[in-house]
Amino acid sequence: MAMTTVNNGVNVQALLDAREALKGAPEATKFTWRASCKWKNGTHSETNVESFFGLGEEQKHKIKSSFDADHPEIFASEDKGITPIEYVLVGLASCLTAGVAAVAQNRGVQLRSVESKLEGKMDIRGILGMDSDVRNGYDDIKVTFKIDADASKKDIEAIVAQSQKRSAVYDVITNPVNVTVEIV
Amino acid sequence: MTTVVIGAGHAGLAASRLLTEHSIDHVVLERGEVANSWRRERWDSLRLLTPNWQTRLPGCKYEGQDPDGYMTMGEVIAFLSQFANLSAVPIRTNTNVTSVTRVDDGYQVATSHGDIRGRSLVVASGACNLPSVPSIRSTIPPAIEQFTPFEYRNPDSLPEGGVLVVGASATGIQLAAEIHRSGRPVTLSVGEHVRLPRTYRGRDVLWWMDVSGVWNQRFDEIDDLTRARSLPSPQLVGTSDRTTLDLNALSAMGIELVGRFASMRDGRALFSGGLRNMFSLADLKMERLLDTFDEWARVNARTTDVDTPERFEPTRVPSSSRLQLDLRTGAVRSIVWATGFRPDYRWLHVPVVDEKGYLRHEGGVVDSPGMYALGLPVLRRRKSSFIHGIEDDARELIEHLSGFLRG
Repeated sequence: MAMTTVNNGVNVQALLDAREALKGAPEATKFTWRASCKWKNGTHSETNVESFFGLGEEQKHKIKSSFDADHPEIFASEDKGITPIEYVLVGLASCLTAGVAAVAQNRGVQLRSVESKLEGKMDIRGILGMDSDVRNGYDDIKVTFKIDADASKKDIEAIVAQSQKRSAVYDVITNPVNVTVEIV
Repeated sequence: MTTVVIGAGHAGLAASRLLTEHSIDHVVLERGEVANSWRRERWDSLRLLTPNWQTRLPGCKYEGQDPDGYMTMGEVIAFLSQFANLSAVPIRTNTNVTSVTRVDDGYQVATSHGDIRGRSLVVASGACNLPSVPSIRSTIPPAIEQFTPFEYRNPDSLPEGGVLVVGASATGIQLAAEIHRSGRPVTLSVGEHVRLPRTYRGRDVLWWMDVSGVWNQRFDEIDDLTRARSLPSPQLVGTSDRTTLDLNALSAMGIELVGRFASMRDGRALFSGGLRNMFSLADLKMERLLDTFDEWARVNARTTDVDTPERFEPTRVPSSSRLQLDLRTGAVRSIVWATGFRPDYRWLHVPVVDEKGYLRHEGGVVDSPGMYALGLPVLRRRKSSFIHGIEDDARELIEHLSGFLRG
């Protein structure tokens, strides 16, 4: 299949050009992503994301995004937003989906639809402090993709595998990362 | 001296043979003896991954009774020594190269036995001079003994008790299996790997690599050459029963598979939760390769000398893979780092080494006049780092070198 006929809306050439251009520019590749959060009331908080640092300078998203997080009513909360742990699923789903589109574009595969369902299994005895042997977070995450594309099942599987291999969120969930929490 | 060759392994010896064919005056400098790393830097049970019939050098092939077998280290050393004798290689053994610098008319080579000048230089010092060990090694609790494949000879090298083998290349799977057989419980940490069956449709898988043309794919036809050059060695072992030693075989033996060794925290080794995708990537890649073989067999109407197509069970995913291992309990007594090797160019004082310590070259033509490299992964072809892969590379590069000398 000719690459030129495929359009998933991903400018792969720009990404490949960037990869080439950044080879000799180790500083430009260092990014910092940011979020700032404000407590509202109870378990409700609002997190805003607007600026980040990359390519050697301050950058800004076109719009500021705001995210409410809370706990559901069954936890005696007001449910003014999704729970923080659900945001992890949002991050994983969107990262893998973007990866599928980019990899498919790079491999000349036209996508018609990409849908996924995510399930994160968690035992709340951990966060409730009921059993120190139970971890707080997810102990199992399952992502199920349903993809309609001009490609064989094997090729689609390979695209999904590659998108996991190159996913930032998949990496940060599956591998440990240093976290520093400070008070100023 | 017209040409100085550094290293008397298969690559340096093959270069010498072809330099002689071109009547180019040269010397081969060897820090130890012929086939030195095969003599001193390999574990006892290692055999070549390539079958004997495939193990050949310019004008020299296996002539023994077991064409389908795999050479032991002793046999490899004998084979290379015989080739050096047959080819009358002008070799200076026990001559360690300590420095190479660029001078007006070529290269100044300082050795443990004085200096030599050469108009041209062939770097055949190998791709596996140093074990490549991740920096987490410095965070391992001191009670755990650590080994690289250079220190490991056989399971008796290790203390009794549990062993964590890190890496699932040919080295990792071979060592994991033999350490397990010694009665030590083995945990194998698996990152990206290359799965291959030992035989496919009744033929050695490396026969397929050869005839189907995969191994002859040239470096300038490969999309991601950097990646191709850094691939781990395939999960193969050379045994008389031509057994497949993949991860399914290892887990059936009772070896516990865990994800990539990501970091240490509070005395615990933390492993990646991405093991399932590591398996998928390797399974899918193997299937694509087998499809390539089947297609070749179909196009070439090969039905009588090969069996019918087969497919292998996907790598079995443990129902729940372990994400951490406490290294303070005494259950694990040693770690074997089968995490790859890298070349050592600390002696090379010519600006041709990149920031990661690899030689900058275009198909073996190094970025400095009259300098060439041989015997590195995918140097000019996918087969470049295998013994039989050296001939085509050496012919082309010595031809190029000859042209350089003629100006």
